[in-house]
Amino acid sequence: MGNGTSIGRVRGLGSAHEGVKHWWHQRLTAGSNLLLVTWLVVSLFRLPLWSYKALVVWLSSPWASVPLILAVTSVFYHLRLGLQVVIEDYQHDFTRVIAIILLNFYAIGGAALAIYAILKVAFQGAIA
Amino acid sequence: MARNSRRPLSPHITIWKWGPHMLVSILHRATGTALAIGGGILFVWWLVALAGGDANYARFVDLMTSDSTGRLNWLPALVLVGLTWSFLQHLSSGVRHLLLDTGAGYELKVNKAGALVTLAISILLTLLIWVPIFYRGAQ
Repeated sequence: MGNGTSIGRVRGLGSAHEGVKHWWHQRLTAGSNLLLVTWLVVSLFRLPLWSYKALVVWLSSPWASVPLILAVTSVFYHLRLGLQVVIEDYQHDFTRVIAIILLNFYAIGGAALAIYAILKVAFQGAIA
Repeated sequence: MARNSRRPLSPHITIWKWGPHMLVSILHRATGTALAIGGGILFVWWLVALAGGDANYARFVDLMTSDSTGRLNWLPALVLVGLTWSFLQHLSSGVRHLLLDTGAGYELKVNKAGALVTLAISILLTLLIWVPIFYRGAQ
């Protein structure tokens, strides 16, 4: 492996065997986002968002909490894939690795926090 | 990966004549990033405030709305209108991408019209959603 151009350094190595998965999952989660986030946005505009009680009643139903957990999973996976492409376009070498690690922390941490909060409301109901 | 400065780069955005397809392409990335970071943080913040109980959620609502009128404060309103438009632009542009993935819509006129349609949809729907809210003064 020489130190020539970037294309020269990878030519002949073959494919990494994971590009198609990234591309396909981006499209797959685009489809699930389309359904789930549209449902969420319509729900939010119909709900009295200032009313704690009304929101707890809404989230206590599995017909709200389950699609909301699915939406969180789909959205955070989709944004992880999308921001990965943005980072790979603008960051190189060391900063790219750091940025991808921070992105993974954000995506997994954000989704875990959101799902925990949803389940807490769903199982515990209203608390003072 | 240090670039060899003696080697040429492909023409970039300063060379091409701007068209709607270029605007929609970069907006897809910009709105996606805004939704991923801004929308993501606000959404998790909202859920965590809700999970914290009545008093905790009341503090969140208090932060977002004005004490005297009960309406949204200007900054949360600006962020929410921006996120609504970003969502609708990313959504319509995303659907356009799915159609383009099938190999359709690359003829110059169709492609330009498709790009303009995504902008029209996102702007019109944002107005349709938010003008009544500001008019009624809901919240």
